[in-house]
Amino acid sequence: MFRRIGDPAAATVTIEIEGTLVKARPGDSVTAALLASGLDFCRHTPVSGTPRGPYCMMGVCFDCLVTIDGVGNRQGCLVPVAEGMKITLQKGKREIGQ
Amino acid sequence: MNAQVPAGGPARSTYDVIVIGAGPAGMAAATTAARAGLSTLVLDENTVPGGQVYRAATTSPLAGGTVLGADFAKGAALAGGLATSGAEVIQGATVWSLDRDLVVGVSRGGASRLLKAGRVILATGALERPFPIPGWTLPGVMSVGAAQTVLKASGLVPSGTIALAGQGPLLWLLAAQILRAGGTIRAILDTTPKANYLAALPYAAGFLASPYAFKGLALIREVRAKVRVIRGVNRLEACGTGALSSVRFEARGVTQTLALDGLFLHQGVVPHVNLAMAAGVEHRWDEVQHCFHPVLGAGGTTSVEGLLIAGDGAGIAGAEAAVERGRLAALVAVKALQPEASGLPVLAEVEAALARATRGRAFLDRLFEPQREYRIPTGDETIVCRCEEVTAGQIRQSIAVGATGPNQLKAYRRCGMGPCQGRLCGLTVTELMAEERGKTPEEIGYYRLRAPVKPVSLAEIASIPPDDAAVGAVVRG
Ligand code: FES
Repeated sequence: MFRRIGDPAAATVTIEIEGTLVKARPGDSVTAALLASGLDFCRHTPVSGTPRGPYCMMGVCFDCLVTIDGVGNRQGCLVPVAEGMKITLQKGKREIGQ
Repeated sequence: MNAQVPAGGPARSTYDVIVIGAGPAGMAAATTAARAGLSTLVLDENTVPGGQVYRAATTSPLAGGTVLGADFAKGAALAGGLATSGAEVIQGATVWSLDRDLVVGVSRGGASRLLKAGRVILATGALERPFPIPGWTLPGVMSVGAAQTVLKASGLVPSGTIALAGQGPLLWLLAAQILRAGGTIRAILDTTPKANYLAALPYAAGFLASPYAFKGLALIREVRAKVRVIRGVNRLEACGTGALSSVRFEARGVTQTLALDGLFLHQGVVPHVNLAMAAGVEHRWDEVQHCFHPVLGAGGTTSVEGLLIAGDGAGIAGAEAAVERGRLAALVAVKALQPEASGLPVLAEVEAALARATRGRAFLDRLFEPQREYRIPTGDETIVCRCEEVTAGQIRQSIAVGATGPNQLKAYRRCGMGPCQGRLCGLTVTELMAEERGKTPEEIGYYRLRAPVKPVSLAEIASIPPDDAAVGAVVRG
């Protein structure tokens, strides 16, 4: 749903999304990097299990919750990408211990 | 310093002024307070200052180009002023509590601190009004503000077949920015009701004299030249299973469907009241803007002693007004804490600038008054509470069996109890309940908000360095 404009060489950060290596730009939020990678949803809801994508990108809707480096329920739109970061998508309810 | 303070945490535990939010109001307030010699701390949730309107003003890959427009550069100037003001600025900081004693609970990097302020200036700005239509939770449906954020911060342009739906200045601005960035827009579905043009007419003179008139009209012309604009859109509906596939709507009595990859919704912005309400600030319902706003005195004083509100959180007036209101709030703080300070902005000049910046607002408020059907869902299937997936029909049923207000509704349906804490459903719930119960929104009220206003882990709270009173409360002998 999105494509990048500007210098492609500026995408210098490598992160892992669901096991796949993806390039991101420093200054990208985790959710922006997910969108840029072509993903159109970022979790399945805990109540009905339906897919949900980010809605607000400013930290208010909590629809961007993902697991980042093993820590669950993080607002991807507020967390900047960092080299080597591992992101997994949440399926349904948060698992205990994450 | 305590060993548990995370790297980049606040340097002290008390400040003269703590400013919450680094958008235009927060940056201007902190700059003014710090220059007057007050110890000033800015706590901001984003990674760089700018807030939403000047998002990534200093780091945007598109900064300096033509895509974002000339006004965007003002953000960098404000951020520059803040950087040299002497204020301490902490980014990535989530403020989760604020109380009547002006104690601020803040989390950063997984650890929390409680800080005390002489004055708190809340500059938490606005958020987009909820737009509860059928299918608004489908992946592929986002807010206009969201698309603008990823455009500014990451240079991401919507691709595929997209449409923008709703009304308000931000919608037209995003449309122009997408076009300048080389994107295409299948259609703009304008939901402004005809009656609004008539209602706004008596206020047109003020608007035409405002700085927004010329810019706004030029923007609309720029977009209209390239995009099909469908006016008077009713019964807007996002359709698809698992993801957006089309949008359905009615215009001039004819139902139409457009196949889409992306739909961006917007119907104005409303004050972000969560922190102010949790601190106990008195709020009122605004009949024209259909939202709650804080009851304010001169310079942004509130019903809570020492707590000031500046910027769009004080009532929607836009970025230029936010800067002036930030300065005014800081002047109130300086007058109380450092009356002999010199070299300050002149009160009368700031007030005059504020008056100029708010000229034309009455016109915009009426022209873009959101229609009833997009504030109060008519169908029962529409999701109102996105977090707990509570529909309008379920809320109506709860009212029928005795839920009297938003707080009872929590017990019936968990409505408003998910992680967003009512930010995306609160106004809808208030208006829906008011309609069903034949009361005014003011009588129905809003969710009772309490700290933590953002989810925070017990581990983060446990990381707060204990004071003597806390130790005394649990340690015997
Ligand atoms: S997308 Fe709304 S909180 Fe992140």
